[in-house]
Amino acid sequence: MLPLDIFLSAMANGLMMGAVYALVALGLTLVYGVLHIINFAHGATLTAAMYAVYVAHAMLGVDPYLALPGLAAIFFALGYLVQRWVIGPASHGDDSNILLVTLGLSIIMENALLAGFRSDTRSIDVPYGFSVVEVGNLFLSTPKLVAFAGSFVVAALLWLLLARTDTGRAIRAVAKEKTGAALVGVRVEHIYAVTFGLGAACLAVAACLLMPTFLVNPRIGKAFTIVVLGGMGSIPGALIGGLFVGVVESLSGLYLGESLGQIGIFLIFILVLLARPTGLFGARA
Amino acid sequence: MSALLQVRGVTMRFGGLVAVDDAALDVAPGTITGLIGPNGAGKTTLFTVIAGFQTANAGTVHFAGEDVTALPAHTRALRGIARTFQIVQPFAGLTVRENIAVGAFLRHPSRGEAMARATAVGEAVGLGPLLDRPAGALTVAGRKRLEMARALATEPRLLLLDEVLAGLNPSEIRDMLPVVRRIRDDGVTILMVEHVMQAVMSLCDTVHVIAQGRMIAHGTPAEIARDPKVVEAYLGHGAARRLAGGADA
Amino acid sequence: MRSSYLPIALAVAILAVLPLGTSSNTTLNFLSFALIVALAAQGWNILGGYGGQFSFGHAAFFGTGAYGMALLQVRFGINPWLALPLATLLGAAVGAAIGALSFRARLRGSYFALVTLAFAEVFRILANAWGFTGGAAGVLVPLRIEAANMQFADRATFYWLVLACVAAGLVLTQAMARARFGAWLVAVRENEEAARALGVDSLAVKLRAITLSSGITALAGGLYAQKFLYLDAGIAYGSWISVEALLAPIIGGLGTVFGPLVGALVLLGLGEATKIALGHALGGAVPGVDLVVFGVLLILCVAFAPRGLLGLGADVRRLLRRPV
Repeated sequence: MLPLDIFLSAMANGLMMGAVYALVALGLTLVYGVLHIINFAHGATLTAAMYAVYVAHAMLGVDPYLALPGLAAIFFALGYLVQRWVIGPASHGDDSNILLVTLGLSIIMENALLAGFRSDTRSIDVPYGFSVVEVGNLFLSTPKLVAFAGSFVVAALLWLLLARTDTGRAIRAVAKEKTGAALVGVRVEHIYAVTFGLGAACLAVAACLLMPTFLVNPRIGKAFTIVVLGGMGSIPGALIGGLFVGVVESLSGLYLGESLGQIGIFLIFILVLLARPTGLFGARA
Repeated sequence: MSALLQVRGVTMRFGGLVAVDDAALDVAPGTITGLIGPNGAGKTTLFTVIAGFQTANAGTVHFAGEDVTALPAHTRALRGIARTFQIVQPFAGLTVRENIAVGAFLRHPSRGEAMARATAVGEAVGLGPLLDRPAGALTVAGRKRLEMARALATEPRLLLLDEVLAGLNPSEIRDMLPVVRRIRDDGVTILMVEHVMQAVMSLCDTVHVIAQGRMIAHGTPAEIARDPKVVEAYLGHGAARRLAGGADA
Repeated sequence: MRSSYLPIALAVAILAVLPLGTSSNTTLNFLSFALIVALAAQGWNILGGYGGQFSFGHAAFFGTGAYGMALLQVRFGINPWLALPLATLLGAAVGAAIGALSFRARLRGSYFALVTLAFAEVFRILANAWGFTGGAAGVLVPLRIEAANMQFADRATFYWLVLACVAAGLVLTQAMARARFGAWLVAVRENEEAARALGVDSLAVKLRAITLSSGITALAGGLYAQKFLYLDAGIAYGSWISVEALLAPIIGGLGTVFGPLVGALVLLGLGEATKIALGHALGGAVPGVDLVVFGVLLILCVAFAPRGLLGLGADVRRLLRRPV
């Protein structure tokens, strides 16, 4: 048995990372809830966003936290354009086509990044990268705490957007009843693209929050596991799912070691898919 | 003569809603039996339970003396129960003949035999000239015939027709009636869920009426047309009396 | 109308004489590799093209075949001519297991794709960590060139071996498509409910399809192991083969006999050409560039040629036949 301190530390780490995962999953579940598609390019977009943060820091000297609003805006625009001009037209509305198109995008992005940056893991050095905050017996890494807090702030902003603004109402309308929304004048194609853009923006924010913490090599599996666990289309589900996955990853990394620990995530993924594909909170598929 | 199909005590609940409540019906062999009722009465639910696409909360379905309640849909087809679908979706990308052959393969594993049988069935329902056309090119009426041909190709003893006349105009309906009769004449018993009253009156030997989940009447078409419970089910409470009163006046 | 196996015979004959036109080892290696991918794609095509169940994790079967082939020789001293069919059966068994779990849980569409992706990843992680499979270092099959050991001095010989398997795949696919199983598989793909109403046991059909599919792809994996004599988790269970096995049929034509073969040749040909061209232009190999090309091809294909090259060919033929 490992000492309690180490266990708690792993738990705390898991929760903090989990909040960021939740943010990643939020983007995915938002896109699923509105467009009813599983965006296979989500993971690759996160990788791209992290490289964007790296470039901003290494070449332009911009601190990740400062880069956040700018990158979020850029990725929103990119997501909007990709949905409007690539995914929408190419798939002709067919579900299995959309599956393939997003897969194609993820292949392009991942391998373009591979070609451009080779396979070295990059990390960035920020002055606060290793500072810690003492809580009782635990030393919590400051960047991770900021990530934790930041995720909740963004989630709250997203909620406000959906609940209080006109665009948010339009998004919820299209999610519930696309034809009806179109009939009352909502521009569905535009809303689709906005939603996709929001998903990408969430990823940009998550990347800015993640990069200062440590070098990380995100794999596609995580976002999907969280969303599947929480339930496609459910926002509270994505949040809880994210925290849960963060903790599981941390603990299995602790007991099984870094690489084998990843297996925990995928096994949960498979189990959830087999037992309850709609997730804990999801609507009936 | 004992009934080919015997349904007893079937109850189907969805959450708090009771869609079908203790339903029972018999279908005698060699007949065309109708199942009618106002919208939302539970006809489709009962139909899908009989066909094996839903499991009822209670009740039994007996076919040719065998309890088929627990059998999945594809096994029921093997036993001799075939069904059509109200919204017809032909197998895209296949010709009409190939569509029908999917059904024929059930009893004829060899391709040559299945295709020959598909041709025969296709011609019997009047699709002869269209057999090599893509199934997607058929009109609604053509698709309905394809639907029936596919089901018939499995050589059923009982054919369940799900609103086979829905979406057809009067002349198409008129053309479909002899097709249904011919199926019966060839020895297939038919149970049809239907909304088009003229067809029910003209085709059916026996009619069962379901309203709000309950079986409320059965008999010949003439009998149930006169039955005040049936009139009320369709036209509302008190309508039977009003109609009778108006007729007397 | 009797179905004709003549087109298959012709295609195989043409492919068989290809090695005679070159003595370059690189070319022969490439051709063998292309046919191995074509074989893996033929496997995918049965489940994905004919069956309509898109697997994103066929690496799980390829890798099992590859590791099976390598480990049966290296750890158990089994002769490769016996190890190959055994590895194929092992892959088929894995396919049947994954199929049983997934199809009984009624997974389809995106969910099925996701779960296959997850299984492939699990296998990759396990193979990378487990000593028996050589861990991160991988497995090396010792070099011993003799026909009894399925290693040949002349590279063309192995090419012909792979070609024989591809030919068998073509014949099998055509026979299947015309038989009852093929008709039922397509029916389940198009409308599972309607198929069930016609007596088709859709679960059994899907299970049979995935077992056949995974076996064929595992065979490709086994051949890969024997050709290149080295593999690790990233090679055997990596996403590259999942992508290429699905891309080839999509480009060539889903649910057709020749689609996977045509698609694999076009895909890999284009990939090689791109690599060579960029290598010249940038003065060195650029990893991942060919996969970028694949991704673009996938999107273009979905957008403009959903029935693949063979579908385009059929459209052109129909256009030409129309009276002016």
